[in-house]
Amino acid sequence: MNGKPEMIKTTYREAAREGLRDALARDPRVFLMGEDVGHYGGCFAVSKGLLQEFGPERIRDTPLSELAFTGMGIGAAMGGMRPIVEIMTVNFSLLALDQILNNAATLLHMSGGQFNVPLVIRMATGAGKQLAAQHAHSLEGWYAHIPGIRVVSPATLADVRGMLWTALEDPDPVLIFENNTLYTMEGELAVDAGPVDIDHARVLREGSDVSIITYSASLHKSLAAAETLAGEGISAEVIDLRTLRPLDDATIMGSVAKTHRALIVDEGWRSGGISAEISARIVEQAFYELDAPVERLCSAEVPIPYARHMEQAAIPQAESIVATVKRMVKSHG
Amino acid sequence: MAEFRMPSLGADMEAGTLVEWNVQSGDRVKRGDIIALVETDKGLIEVEVFEDGVVDKIHVQPGAKVPVGTALAFIRAEGAAPLPAAAVAGPAPAAVEPKPAPAAVPSPPLPVTPPGERVIASPSARKLAAELGVDLTVIQGSGPRGAIQRADIELASRAAKPAPPVGKPAPPPPPERPAPPDYQAGMRRAIAAAMSRSNREIPHYYLEMEIDMERALAWLEGENLKRSIKDRLLPAVLLLKAVAGALADVPELNGYWLDDRHQVSEAIHIGFAISMRQGGLITPAIHNVDMLSHDELMGAMRDLITRTRAGRLRSSEMTDATITVTNLGDLGVKTVFGVIYPPQVALVGFGRIMERPWAENGMLGVRRVMSASLAGDHRATDGHRGSQFLEALNKHLQGPETL
Repeated sequence: MNGKPEMIKTTYREAAREGLRDALARDPRVFLMGEDVGHYGGCFAVSKGLLQEFGPERIRDTPLSELAFTGMGIGAAMGGMRPIVEIMTVNFSLLALDQILNNAATLLHMSGGQFNVPLVIRMATGAGKQLAAQHAHSLEGWYAHIPGIRVVSPATLADVRGMLWTALEDPDPVLIFENNTLYTMEGELAVDAGPVDIDHARVLREGSDVSIITYSASLHKSLAAAETLAGEGISAEVIDLRTLRPLDDATIMGSVAKTHRALIVDEGWRSGGISAEISARIVEQAFYELDAPVERLCSAEVPIPYARHMEQAAIPQAESIVATVKRMVKSHG
Repeated sequence: MAEFRMPSLGADMEAGTLVEWNVQSGDRVKRGDIIALVETDKGLIEVEVFEDGVVDKIHVQPGAKVPVGTALAFIRAEGAAPLPAAAVAGPAPAAVEPKPAPAAVPSPPLPVTPPGERVIASPSARKLAAELGVDLTVIQGSGPRGAIQRADIELASRAAKPAPPVGKPAPPPPPERPAPPDYQAGMRRAIAAAMSRSNREIPHYYLEMEIDMERALAWLEGENLKRSIKDRLLPAVLLLKAVAGALADVPELNGYWLDDRHQVSEAIHIGFAISMRQGGLITPAIHNVDMLSHDELMGAMRDLITRTRAGRLRSSEMTDATITVTNLGDLGVKTVFGVIYPPQVALVGFGRIMERPWAENGMLGVRRVMSASLAGDHRATDGHRGSQFLEALNKHLQGPETL
């Protein structure tokens, strides 16, 4: 390949839609279903226009029952289809947790390897849009607890464009978490952008003093923090986890072996969260590389508040990342 | 059986002169005893022994100058058989020392962690120390709770390596006939090397601030009224406490420039310039000034001045300072324009406290005023930071009761 690929200006929302359109066009077994995905165009307008383009057979509005339509998706997947189930927000997915955990994640195991469930579930997650505590939590870490499913969280345009098709090709259930504050994020995407791997974390910024391990919306806050820190002589490495289950231990440990300090930034709650899991793995696998205790910057352990200033104060921000890293590195020499 | 060797008492030390033994053959010693006095370019240093045992054989006599790492004596474990005479003549045979000492650390420096206490060190620092053969018990940690971190090991490992000779190599010591040690010339050379390096490498910037000392001195006079003469505090106590307070506010000036990198130190060890009566200057460190009470600090200063002028300093005091303070006020100097002691990044200078006309709030009065100056390393900090430091210093001196 020669030269740089041609780039277009687009948004995370449009890139997500492009991923859906690509999947629907590639494989007639693929269909999208969920609350308001058709006529309304999706509660975050991701599927706007797809009903007109692909018709009501493949863009299906469902009743308000996450349990029912997720179960339908599982049945369709077992019957040979490649369903994409959209759940409005992760909070509502708890209504479907029985289907996700007790059926989707376990059928392969309980059938003695006879039935795969090639299902993809997309849902919005995260705080920052003043949607209050019923809509704004970050529970992807809970799903990363469950064996039998894969959990991915695209933070970039290329990933939200490319993870869907790779997820559909996975013979087992994949959950895709899209942070709702990212939908309006603008950026450049290669015209020929296509499927991407969903196995590896990615180092988005190299550094030598501390590894900031993060994902989703916190990635962009971490990158901004790293830029600020660079101005103060602190070199921060920023890792986008991309996939929360299975975690890419090799990339995390490789980075910690280089920087000897780790900060995990996670919009989920701290207690028992994915940040705790990552911290434990670092201590298990890279203990002798650590020059300082592993630290975590997570959301305040409260229901996400509605008031804007309180909501912003409850979740990790670039400023709090900068302050935490400075404290961690300050004690150095 | 262990060798008692010529210690490395600084990055630039290649050899030392044994000045006197405090023990003789057959004496019982225990870990921590000061058993010898060694002359280096920086002065006379007392050297401790690191094993319990009996001095078996002394084989370097006073007056001899020997390279770092040379065995000065053998210490035999109590009850062990004396060494046969033949074995001590040559270099240490392998049997005497089952594990070869790491080349980087020819002789153990003074222990920082007392025996029996757990060393607080990061896992990574422990791993690196094991790789480099650095003894954790002699490392001063710079992390939280004094934890030893990678940078401390790297620093210690670098310091233990002999520095390349600077300029003209020193003439070889005359054989047999030991010349009387020329302390003056040695110290002058050490000052020359450090100050030349400073002016060659450090882009200095200078700032000065006039400080109204009336409140600080009035408070001090009040304090001293309550004390017996021997317990009275000198203004230098307030000045050092104010420096420590200002460093807590503006920590960037406290630390080192090493490996093209600014390394801020959490611990505040103030190098206190002490002039020697016969000429020359030594800046031993007063450790953890921020944590000392006024009386403790006064005691530490008295002790340090006495021991410095007697030429009896400990090696950690010679190497640990994170900033230097020069007080030339006693000599009538108005302002100090200091030369930073590398690898530190700042030097604070105090001039004479003198009565001056002072305008404040539209009124003119006579106040006791002092000039405080800062020489800063422009690689590490900028004038803005330096100004904040002087302002913090002023603030602390205006509230002496909180120091």
